[in-house]
Amino acid sequence: MKRSVWRTVLSARMPIILVVLVICATALTEGRFARTDNIVNVLGQVSFQGTIAFGMTAVIVTGGIDLSVGSLVALTGVVAALVMQALSGAIAPWLAITLGVLAAMVSGGAVGATSGAVVARLSIPPFIVTLAAMLMARGAAFILCNGQPIYELPAELRTLGRGFILEPWFGRVLPVPVLMMLATYALCALMLSRTVLGKEIIAVGSNEKAAWLAGVPVRRTKLFVYVLTGVLAGLVGAVHDGKLMAGDPKVGEMWELHVIAAVVVGGTSLFGGRGSMTGTLVGVLIIGVLNNSMNLMQVEWFWQNVVLGGVILGAALADAGLRRLHGARQ
Amino acid sequence: MVETPPRLRFTDVRKRFGGVVALDGVSFEVCPGVVHAIVGENGAGKSTLMNILGGSLRPDGGQLHLDGQVLEPRSARQAQQLGIAVVHQELSIAPDLSVAENVFLGRWPHRRGSGLVQKRALESAAQALLARLRTPLSPGVRAGELNVANQQMIEIARALSMDARVLVLDEPSAVLTPIEVERLFAIVRELTARGVSVLYISHRLEEVFELAQAVTVLRDGKHVSTRSITDTDRETLIREAVGRSVATHRPAARTPGDIALRVESLSAPGRFADVSFEVRRGEVLCLAGLVGSGRSSVARAVFGALPGVRGLVQVGPMHGPFRSPRDAQRAGVAFIPEDRKGEGVLLERSVRENLLLAHRHAATHRGLVRQRHEREVARELLREHAIRAASSEVAAATLSGGNQQKVLLARWLMRDYPVCIFDEPTRGVDVGAKAEIHAMIDAIAARGGAVVVVSSELPEVLALGDRIAVMRRGRLVATLSNMERSVTQEEVMRLAVGGVEAMP
Repeated sequence: MKRSVWRTVLSARMPIILVVLVICATALTEGRFARTDNIVNVLGQVSFQGTIAFGMTAVIVTGGIDLSVGSLVALTGVVAALVMQALSGAIAPWLAITLGVLAAMVSGGAVGATSGAVVARLSIPPFIVTLAAMLMARGAAFILCNGQPIYELPAELRTLGRGFILEPWFGRVLPVPVLMMLATYALCALMLSRTVLGKEIIAVGSNEKAAWLAGVPVRRTKLFVYVLTGVLAGLVGAVHDGKLMAGDPKVGEMWELHVIAAVVVGGTSLFGGRGSMTGTLVGVLIIGVLNNSMNLMQVEWFWQNVVLGGVILGAALADAGLRRLHGARQ
Repeated sequence: MVETPPRLRFTDVRKRFGGVVALDGVSFEVCPGVVHAIVGENGAGKSTLMNILGGSLRPDGGQLHLDGQVLEPRSARQAQQLGIAVVHQELSIAPDLSVAENVFLGRWPHRRGSGLVQKRALESAAQALLARLRTPLSPGVRAGELNVANQQMIEIARALSMDARVLVLDEPSAVLTPIEVERLFAIVRELTARGVSVLYISHRLEEVFELAQAVTVLRDGKHVSTRSITDTDRETLIREAVGRSVATHRPAARTPGDIALRVESLSAPGRFADVSFEVRRGEVLCLAGLVGSGRSSVARAVFGALPGVRGLVQVGPMHGPFRSPRDAQRAGVAFIPEDRKGEGVLLERSVRENLLLAHRHAATHRGLVRQRHEREVARELLREHAIRAASSEVAAATLSGGNQQKVLLARWLMRDYPVCIFDEPTRGVDVGAKAEIHAMIDAIAARGGAVVVVSSELPEVLALGDRIAVMRRGRLVATLSNMERSVTQEEVMRLAVGGVEAMP
C-alpha cells in the first residue's frame, strides 16, 4: 500500500515537481513569474539547449553520451555564418539563410557521424570519442573564423533567432526557437515511442548483445543517434547565430553538461535502456523555471549553481529509489 | 534421530514480496553431516529460503534454529560468522584479485596499525585450505584467469575458511563438465564426512539421487515433503515438484526430409577447426561435448555471431558464413544463446518488447508501431506457448528462468525459420518448463524445421537428438545416429573425453 503510493509519486515525480516549482516561483516572485512575457522568456531561454536535449536523450538511451554538442553549436554557428556571409548580396537573403542553416546541419551531422562511426565500429567508449570531438570542434570553430566572431550577416536572420511565429495575429507569444524545440520534441517523441527505430534504440541500450543476437542493426542504430544529435546541434548553431546576429566560436561552453543534466532530471537513465522525450521536455522546463525564478528573485549566480547541482543529485537519487522499488523482488 | 538436535530447523518460515507469497510456512529439518537436496520449480521459493538462511533477506515470520540455537542473521556477514556459507550460482569472485585474496575476501590478515596485508600469511593459509580440497591451485594466480570450476573451488575454500557448519550450493553443477562435477561430488562427500551439512539445490535429479541422503521438495512457496532419499524415486519427486505428472520425453518417430543446413569445413581460429555436418528438415541434431570443446562456438559461427569464421554454411539457396546475426536471420536461421540473462532477454523491458525483438515490424502500419496490435500479438504468443507472466507489459525480470527461456523461444517461433539453433535451451530451467521446451523443439521438427541443440546434459541429448554430433577439443569427432534413441551416455562420454583423458 505505502509502497505503491511511493511508486506512483516517484514515477510521476518530474511533472509534479515542475508544477510545484511553477507554483512556488509564482508565489515567491509575487506573480512576476507567471506573466505571459516572462513565460515566453523562459521558453525562449531553454529552447536552444532543449532542442539538443532530445538528440542527447536518444544517445543516452542507447547507453552512450555526447560531450561534443556545445562545441558543435559553436562550430556549426561559424559554418552557417561563413556561408551566409559569402552568399549575402549574391543571392536572395532567405536563400542564403536556408543554405547557411543546411550547411550547419550537414556539418553537425558529419561530426556526429564520425563520432558515431568510431563508437559503433571500434567499440571505443563514447565518453572519450566525443570528448575528443568536443575539443576538435571547438578548435575548428576558432580556426575557421580566425578567432573573430562574424558579424556580416543578412538582417533577416534576426527573425530566425528572435522572431515570433504569426506575430501580426498572436503578438509576441511563440518565439521561433521555441517552435523549433517543440517540433523537435514532437518528432523525437514519435520516433522513440512509435517507430521500429525507437524500439531498436531502447533495445540496444537495454542489452546490446541480446539486441544484436535478435537481428537488431546495432551499429546503424548507434550511428543514427549521434548523427541526429549532430544535426540538431547544427540547427541550433544556425538559429543561435540569429539570436546573437553573429557567428561566435565561443558560444555553447558547458552546454553539453546542462543538456545532460536536463535529460537526467527528466528521468532518462544514464545506464541506457530507459528514458522518454516527454521526460526530457519536463527536465528542460524544470531547469528553465529554476534559473528564471532565481534570476527574478535576484539570487546570486553562484547560489544558482548550488541549487542546480542539488536538483541533479535529487533526480539521480529518485532514480536510484525507483530502481530499488522495481528490483525489490530480486 | 531424536537425541541429536538437527543441524538446521526451519519452523513455519514465511516471506512475502508485495502481493506475492514467496514462502508460505515452510518447516523442515536438516541433519548434521548430510547432503540435503532441495528440489522445486523456479519460483518455488528455494532461493528465497536460501537467502533468508544466508542473511540477505529477513523472514516475515517463523524461526530458524542452528544446532538448537535460534538463528537470526541480520546480514550475510553475520550469517557467515555463525557458520553458514552460501555459494550462489553467480559466483562472487573478484577477477583481478589473487586466489588467496579471494578465499579471504574482506578478511585479509593484516597488521593492526598500518593496515598492510600480510601476504605470506594469507597465501600459506589459502594453500592449506586448497590442499584440504585436493585442488592444485596456486594461491598467487589471478582468479579471473581460472575457469568456472576452479572459481567455484575458491568459493568452497572460502566457506571452509569460515568453519562453515552449513554449506549451501545453489546449482553448482550447471556450469561444470562431467569430470568437474565428479570432483565436486568427492569434495562434498568429504565435507559431510567432517560433519558439514550441505544444502544442495539442483534441477538435475540424477545428481540428487547420486549425492543426497535426504531431499526436500518445495512447490509454490510451500513445503511438500522431506524424505530420506531411499524413500522416494524420480517420478515421485517430479510429481511433487510440479504438482502433476510429467510425461517422460518420447517424440513421435520422425522422417527427415531434404538438407536444410549444410556446414562444410567450418573453422574459427583458436576455437574449432574443420567442422562439417548437415541437418535435414524435420530433424534434431544435438551437439554434445565437454564445456570448452567448441560446441557453442560452432553454433554461434553458423548464426554469424562469431568473427573470423572460414568455411561454408549453406541454408537453402543462401551461402555463408554469415557476417552478422542479421544476415543469418534473413537467410532463415533462428538462434537462442546459452547466456539467457546476458545475451537473451532485455530484463528491464516488457515481455511484449522481448517477444517482438526479432520481428520488430510485426505490428507496424506505415512505419509506425501500433501498440494495441503489439499487445494482441504478445498476448497471443503468451497463450500459445503457455508462458506464465502477469501480463504482456511486466518486465521480463519478473518471470522465472523457465518462462524467460520460453519467451526467447516464442520470440523466434513467431515465424517458421527453416533452421533453429538453440544453445543450452534448458539450462537452469525447472522440470516442468524443461518438458515444455522439449515439446516446443519437437513441434519445430514436426513442422519441418531443422533443429540444432547444444546441450551439456547427456540425458537431454539422448532424448532429443535424432543424431548426436560429438565434439572434442574443437573437432567434430563423430556423429551417432539416434533415431531409435539407442545411444548410451557412455558412448557419448567416451567420444567426448577421448581415449587418453578417460584415464582417471
